[in-house]
Amino acid sequence: MKNSRRSFIKIAGLAALGIGSKPVLNAFAMAEEHGAGAKAATHVGEKALAAKQWGMVIDTRKLEKESDFAPIIAACHDAHNVPNMKEKRHEIKWIWQEDYKHVFAEMESKYLNERVEKLPLLVLCNHCENPSCVRACPTQATFKRADGIVMMDFHRCIGCRFCMAACPYGSRSFNFQDPRPFIDSKKFNPEFPTRMRGVVEKCNFCSERLAVGKLPACVEASKGAIVFGDLEDPASDVRKMLKSNYTIRRKPALGTSPAVYYIV
Amino acid sequence: MLELAVKGSKKYWLLVLALAGVAGIGFLVYLKQFSFGLGITGLSRDVTWGFYIAQFTFLVGVAAGGVMVVLPYYLHDYKKFGKITILGEFLAVAAISMCLMFIIADLGQPMRALNVLLYPTPRSMLFWDMIVLNGYLFLNIFVGWIVLEAERNGVAPPKWVKPFIFLSIPWAFGIHTVTAWLYCGLPGRGFWLTAILAPRFLASAFASGPAFLILLCFLIRKFTKFDPGKEAIQTVAKIVTYALIANVFFFVCEVFVAMYSNIPEHLTHLQYLFFGIHGHGVLVPWMWLAMILLVLAIVLLVNPNTRANETTLGIACAMLFAGAWIDKGLGLIAGGFVPNPFHQVNEYVPTPMEAMITIGVWAAGFLVLTILYKIAVGVKEEVTV
Amino acid sequence: MNDKKWIIAGLLLFTVVVLSPVLWNAFKTPTPPEPVLSAKAKAAGYCVLAKDQMKAGHMQILDVWRDAVVRQGERVYKSTNGKEFNMSLSSGENSCIGCHTSKVEFCDKCHNYTSVRPYCWDCHNAPKEAM
Repeated sequence: MKNSRRSFIKIAGLAALGIGSKPVLNAFAMAEEHGAGAKAATHVGEKALAAKQWGMVIDTRKLEKESDFAPIIAACHDAHNVPNMKEKRHEIKWIWQEDYKHVFAEMESKYLNERVEKLPLLVLCNHCENPSCVRACPTQATFKRADGIVMMDFHRCIGCRFCMAACPYGSRSFNFQDPRPFIDSKKFNPEFPTRMRGVVEKCNFCSERLAVGKLPACVEASKGAIVFGDLEDPASDVRKMLKSNYTIRRKPALGTSPAVYYIV
Repeated sequence: MLELAVKGSKKYWLLVLALAGVAGIGFLVYLKQFSFGLGITGLSRDVTWGFYIAQFTFLVGVAAGGVMVVLPYYLHDYKKFGKITILGEFLAVAAISMCLMFIIADLGQPMRALNVLLYPTPRSMLFWDMIVLNGYLFLNIFVGWIVLEAERNGVAPPKWVKPFIFLSIPWAFGIHTVTAWLYCGLPGRGFWLTAILAPRFLASAFASGPAFLILLCFLIRKFTKFDPGKEAIQTVAKIVTYALIANVFFFVCEVFVAMYSNIPEHLTHLQYLFFGIHGHGVLVPWMWLAMILLVLAIVLLVNPNTRANETTLGIACAMLFAGAWIDKGLGLIAGGFVPNPFHQVNEYVPTPMEAMITIGVWAAGFLVLTILYKIAVGVKEEVTV
Repeated sequence: MNDKKWIIAGLLLFTVVVLSPVLWNAFKTPTPPEPVLSAKAKAAGYCVLAKDQMKAGHMQILDVWRDAVVRQGERVYKSTNGKEFNMSLSSGENSCIGCHTSKVEFCDKCHNYTSVRPYCWDCHNAPKEAM
């Protein structure tokens, strides 16, 4: 009696699983029939750039005037259809400009060197090696890729904003409403999706450009002020920069280990 | 027993209708939020959680507070509480229902809420919160219902329900602990980053939950034939007193550490809440009001005469509830987000629409509470007759 | 009991209400939609899978693709006949929309008929249609 009930449940469970996955299996089974043995497959593009932990060095000595910042920010925001929200509290930013004293607030110094006191800095997602946002996300909608990029899966995000509370750098933005009406139609990039209301977004280290062998848009627009590369590769450009310059990272005491370094 | 909910006086139906009406209005406003997005709220890029999550946090406390009548009865065989355990359990059910509604109201993509089950992620505290909240909801409905039904039939509750009751006791501590861990495990939010947060949450829960229960007992005695018993109420009042003092003590510990260490990361949030910084301080009057309410409640509760007097006890409980609500429902969340990670001050004020949705959820919760209490009191009246 | 007639009447009414959508359409002759293949798609003659497989399973394919692209960084699909595709709904010549150039004539035809409202286009950019 007991046995037969158990086996019935087992069979019923398997059957339910079978019904659920049948269309997928069918599709692949038919695909194999068609190609006479050749298998359909997905893979990384041939030109794609690879790394173990992408990272960045921002040389603030080369970024001083408004005219140094504007094209970098525009390059990113135009490439990713970042909307220009009217209300400040709904603002969406992937990379932006902030004062030294706010970016490095906990390194507060009463008497600062004149240049640093007024120093504008570029800030973006730090793509931390131990990201607290990834720990917080209940659906793995934000996750760390094998190449170190802290990525957002907009399809999966439920908009709980736990990651925004968990990020100690204020790098994340939330779509408080449909962003499309706020994207400049003249600068619209049809190649990159927009977002919908109710999801969190942030810098993605231009994963879509890395996939086709291009460097991030901000790096390209920075005229050498931003160096990008693999932090785990001692021969990479970033590592060379880090070896020959004194750099700092934001809030190192929190143990997140940011992948964005600053030469001040 | 459900039939008890549909047989009631005119007054009962008026209350049900009024609550359903307010909840309905809240729901209509929610439909606007559903189609437009969370932009209708006062939330911002810097203060990403507000009223909804704050109510959720406070109500988890109210739900956990119910255990303060369950525990003495089942673990210490304190007979006086036998009559009111069901009130604690059903209060927990209503409070958790509100918590779940507030979480849904707070989601940017509520249609995807089940992604939490589809992609279970044990490293996220929110995953555990989902488990403990739903588990606690189930335990309280289940245990409350079975025990009440047994009482109605004049028999002892079945033995197999005991393990569920014993499980529900640590579970109550669990729900508020996990809720505190949502906040206190986040690096870079100095206001929440403190080990005392979970104990403080529990203390405030064990004060505000039972205090609310006392007020409900007064109402029940006034409007029905069921008397929860003076002695039982007095014992709950003692529990409330100890818990409230513990809550204030934990808070003082928190203030001492922040002030004496003088570490800006921890200090600035308290400064913002109680004095305002850079000329911003919408919450300052509220926070002081909360402190005054809590201290006055302690005075009234500690003094044996004012505690024994049911008028002053009622006043003390109302003050405590209001004070704890301001502390957790207003200060805790906004205070953690201001100043922001760049040490800039962007304040949060809820919008009227947000307030209407919030009131709607409270009304829906009270509707659940009214119906459940109608059933419970109906059984009690039957039994005493 | 003498409520019999009320119960039966109620049940009948309930049945009619529940079946109303079916009854409403029972005597109509539906005209199934004909998605229009673009010239480019016609010339190619083969999608990432064969036509009947795409008809039945394009949603599963797209679901697998979006995970592969976003989560594994795999953006190239090699079909069984050796052709490579850009695993993207709407970016570039080699994406879905690069070949099926009209969303209105292709996607919407069947989706509208079957009352399916995929939210792909809330984010992905539909091609500009000549209206």
